[in-house]
Amino acid sequence: MSSATDTAPVIPGAQAHSHGPGSPVPVQTRSARFRSTDPTAFPAVTGREVDWKLTPVDRIRDLIDGELDGSPITTTVTEAAGVTTEWVGTEDARIGSAGTPEDRASANAWASTAKALVVTVSSEERVEVTIDRTGADHAPRASHLVINAKPNARGLVVIDNRGSARLSENVEIVVEDGAELTVVSLQEWDDESVHLSAQFARIDKSATLNHFVVSLGGSIVRVNPSAALAGEGATGKLYGLYFSDAGQHLEQQVFVHHIAPHTVSDVLYKGALNGKGARTVWIGDVLIGRDATGTDSYEANRNLVLSDGTRADSIPNLEIETGDIAGAGHASATGRFDDEQLFYLRSRGISEEESRRLVVLGFLLEIVQKIGQESLEERLIAAVERELEAVESI
Amino acid sequence: MATLTIKDLHVSIETDQGPKPILRGVDLTINQGEIHAIMGPNGSGKSTLAYTIAGHPRYTVDSGSIELDGENVLEMSVDERAKAGLFLAMQYPVEIPGVTVSNFLRTAKTALDGEAPPVRTWIKDLRGSMDAMQMDKTFAERNVNEGFSGGEKKRHEIVQLELLKPKFAVLDETDSGLDVDALKVVSEGVNRVKESTGLGVLLITHYTRILRYITPDFVHVFVDGKIAEEGGPELADRLEDEGYVRYQQATA
Repeated sequence: MSSATDTAPVIPGAQAHSHGPGSPVPVQTRSARFRSTDPTAFPAVTGREVDWKLTPVDRIRDLIDGELDGSPITTTVTEAAGVTTEWVGTEDARIGSAGTPEDRASANAWASTAKALVVTVSSEERVEVTIDRTGADHAPRASHLVINAKPNARGLVVIDNRGSARLSENVEIVVEDGAELTVVSLQEWDDESVHLSAQFARIDKSATLNHFVVSLGGSIVRVNPSAALAGEGATGKLYGLYFSDAGQHLEQQVFVHHIAPHTVSDVLYKGALNGKGARTVWIGDVLIGRDATGTDSYEANRNLVLSDGTRADSIPNLEIETGDIAGAGHASATGRFDDEQLFYLRSRGISEEESRRLVVLGFLLEIVQKIGQESLEERLIAAVERELEAVESI
Repeated sequence: MATLTIKDLHVSIETDQGPKPILRGVDLTINQGEIHAIMGPNGSGKSTLAYTIAGHPRYTVDSGSIELDGENVLEMSVDERAKAGLFLAMQYPVEIPGVTVSNFLRTAKTALDGEAPPVRTWIKDLRGSMDAMQMDKTFAERNVNEGFSGGEKKRHEIVQLELLKPKFAVLDETDSGLDVDALKVVSEGVNRVKESTGLGVLLITHYTRILRYITPDFVHVFVDGKIAEEGGPELADRLEDEGYVRYQQATA
C-alpha cells in the first residue's frame, strides 16, 4: 500500500482550508448541505458539484432530470415470522422518517415514486429476509424502500439486485431503540445496468446498524449511504466491497453523522480495480456534532490496483464540532500488491499466480467475513473468485 | 542425501546511493541432517544470506553460486526453490488478511506435493503439529499471522516447517523476541522435525542462547559479509564468553 494516514482530531477553523480560487464549493459543514424532496428545488446539475464531480453525469441525465417510471418494481420478499411487507402511498408517515434527498437524482426518484415498499422487522429472534429485485429491462425507473427494525428487533435484510436495471432510488433504514439490524445492498447487475441509490439510515438509542454495500456488477453503480447516529449509544458500522472491471464506474459517498453522545461508528470500504477504464470513487464524510460527546469513530478506504489504466478516487473528510470525543481517525490507501505478502506465500511453494489470487481474495474477504451469514458469504466469495478469473495478470 | 552448496557468493542491494555490496564471498556446504549455526554481529549479512537462498527480489547476486544437489538454485523462482526443498523461517513473518492459516497451509501443501493432501490425515497432522507447538486449534481459522504475538508467529513458522517437510531450513533469527519457554518449544520443534525428516538446518542467530537447545554440528562466524572463522560447538562457547569484539577489531 502506498500510503496510510492516521489523523488526530482537527478542530474546524484551526487550520487554513481552501478549495482553490474560483472553486464552486462553498465552505459549509456537511450537515448543512441542501435537502429537498422536490427535484426542481435543486439547481441544474453541471457535473462540477462536490457530490457529482467524480460521476459521469452525462451518461445518467435521464435519471437525474428525466421522467421516471415510479410504479412498483418487481420485488419478491421472503416471508418470515415477525416480518411484514406492504406497499404504501407516499403520504405514509414512515416515508421521510430516516432522511431527505441531498441531490437531484435522489429527489427525482422521491417525487416520481407512486408507492413505497415497507419491510418491517419486529422479531426479537434474529430473522433473515431477502428482498429480491431481479430487473427485466433498462427502462428508467424510480423506487422507494423503507426497512424498519422495531425496538429490540434482530435481523438481516439483503437487498439482492440482479438482472437489468436503470434505477434511481431512495432506501430508508430506521433502526429503533435497542434493535440490531444488518442490511446488505448487493449489486450484481448486468453489464449495461445503471443504479443510483441514496440510502438514509437513522439509528436510535442503543441500536446497531451493520450496513454493507457490495457492488460487483453494473455499468454505473453509485450507492450513497448516510447514517445518522441519532440516539445515545447508537452504533453504525458501514462496510463496503467493490470490484471494478474495464469501463465500470463504481461509486460510494458515505456520510456518518454523530448526533447523540456516546455513539460509535466504523467505516471500512475495500475495492479492487482491474482493466482499462476501471473506475472507483469513495468519499467518506464523518461529522461529529456539537452534542456528540464521548463518540468514537474511524473510517478507512483501501484500494488494490490490479492493472494499468484504472483510477481510484479516495477522499476521507472528518469534521469535529466538539472537543470531548473518545477517538476519531481516518485512513486511505491505494496501491498495488504487497510484495512481502507475495514473497511469503511463494516461499511456501505457492505459485505466483495462486499467491496473487490469495492476496486479492484475502484483501476483499475481510469485508465478507464481517457479514456473518454463511450462505451469503459463500456466494460472495464465489462472485469475487469469478471477478478474479477475468484478471489476466493473476 | 541432499547437499546445499554455496560458493563464493557475492550479493548486493540497491540503495539511493547505488548498489551496496553485502555478501563478499561466502562459501558454505550443508548436508542433510546437519545443523550449521551462522553467528555474527548485526549488519554482518546473516539475514541477506537467508533471503538470498530463498530468492527475495530485493537482493542481487553479483557472482558465485548456490546449488542444491547440483541444481542451480539461483535460476529458480521463489516457489520453485520451495518445491526443490528449501524453507525460510522468517524473522518477521508477514500478516495476510483474509487468508486463514488452515487455507494457507493446505494450499502450500497442495502446491508442494502436486496434489491435495488426504483430508483425514491432513487434519490429524495439522492438529498434531499445532498441539506440539502449543498453538490452540482456533489458530487454524484465524488469518495468517494477523494479531499473532511475536512468539505465536515463530511457533507458526515451525508448524509450517513440520507440515511442509523441506530438505533444508534456514531459520532467520527464530530465537529473537522469544521468552525462554517459547524458545524451548520452538527448539524442541526444530529438533523433532530434524529427527523425523533428516532436515538440514542453517540456524542464523545473534546470540548463543538458542544453541543450548539446538546443538550445532558446525559454527560459522559471519563478519562483514563473509565467514571469518569456522569450528564446532566449542566456538559458540567461546563467542558467549568473548563476544564479537575480536573479529570487529580485526576488520577495523
